[in-house]
Amino acid sequence: MTDPITIVVNGEERSVAPESSLLDLLGVLELDPRAVVVELNREIVRRPALGDTALSSGDRIELVHFVGGG
Amino acid sequence: MPDQPLVIGGREFRSRLMVGTGKYADNETMVRAIEASGAEVVTVAVRRVDLDRTKEEGMLHHLDPKKVFLLANTAGCYTADEAIRYARLAREAGFNEFIKLEVIGDEETLLPDVDGLLRATRVLVDEGFTVMAYTNEDLITALRLEDAGCAAIMPLASPIGSGLGLINPYTVRTIKRRLSQPVIVDAGVGTASDACLTMEQGVDGILMNTAIAAAEHPVAMASAMRHAVEAGRLAYLAGRMPRREIAVPSSPTTGMLD
Repeated sequence: MTDPITIVVNGEERSVAPESSLLDLLGVLELDPRAVVVELNREIVRRPALGDTALSSGDRIELVHFVGGG
Repeated sequence: MPDQPLVIGGREFRSRLMVGTGKYADNETMVRAIEASGAEVVTVAVRRVDLDRTKEEGMLHHLDPKKVFLLANTAGCYTADEAIRYARLAREAGFNEFIKLEVIGDEETLLPDVDGLLRATRVLVDEGFTVMAYTNEDLITALRLEDAGCAAIMPLASPIGSGLGLINPYTVRTIKRRLSQPVIVDAGVGTASDACLTMEQGVDGILMNTAIAAAEHPVAMASAMRHAVEAGRLAYLAGRMPRREIAVPSSPTTGMLD
């Protein structure tokens, strides 16, 4: 078993298991992939690619959705 | 009196009133207010998911995208690059190609940075977005935005959230007269008379948020706004009487008693 890796999600550091994908991360955070848009190091990752995109140490992830606004 | 439908970016809309979803005391009031407004276009903002409260659902938990047309904004963006980033994220949510583009230039007045707005418009139009640009009431900027490919130009009535009403009817009227694309007044109306007066200038529609959300009774105000927008539109189409600075009697001046 290798050590967990550290990533930054919405500005906060988090540890995830090595070889986790973005889809795994959403699972850990209990987020529905259809309800969020994912940006990895400033590049949007489309939904079908979430499961194939592996996380690396130091990755910066933004998870966004729609909120109230004018 | 027959009216043309409002068409933006090739899409036809029933209502000339568009509403925001911010600042409501609770979501139930927001949903009822949107219903009462009769609006079809409803704006939303793009923000980080709150990871500590993942059970707190986003807007899609409350709004049915089959019933309303979700118009994402780039509110809170102060540079063209930032606005472009938010627009791309909004489009990735998968509802439509429309973006209400805001590039803010000043924190106190929330007035637009027109240079950034033009730059962001060009990039986004190139990427296939249908851009509706929030701008000030400057004709030259409006003309440039239209040239850059905006599908609608959105001059303000007065600053965002101010409720000061239509400060300069002349400039808004001029923009409407000179542009071919729809002109939707965005921001500044405070109450129904402001909305009515704005529509009487001949603009194609109004987008508002705070005037409804911050009213004492948002659902009632939403209904008032619906009527005001319809009344203002109808009055514009009807063509008002000329103004005169002397009185002209409405009753016959003949047939009076000796």
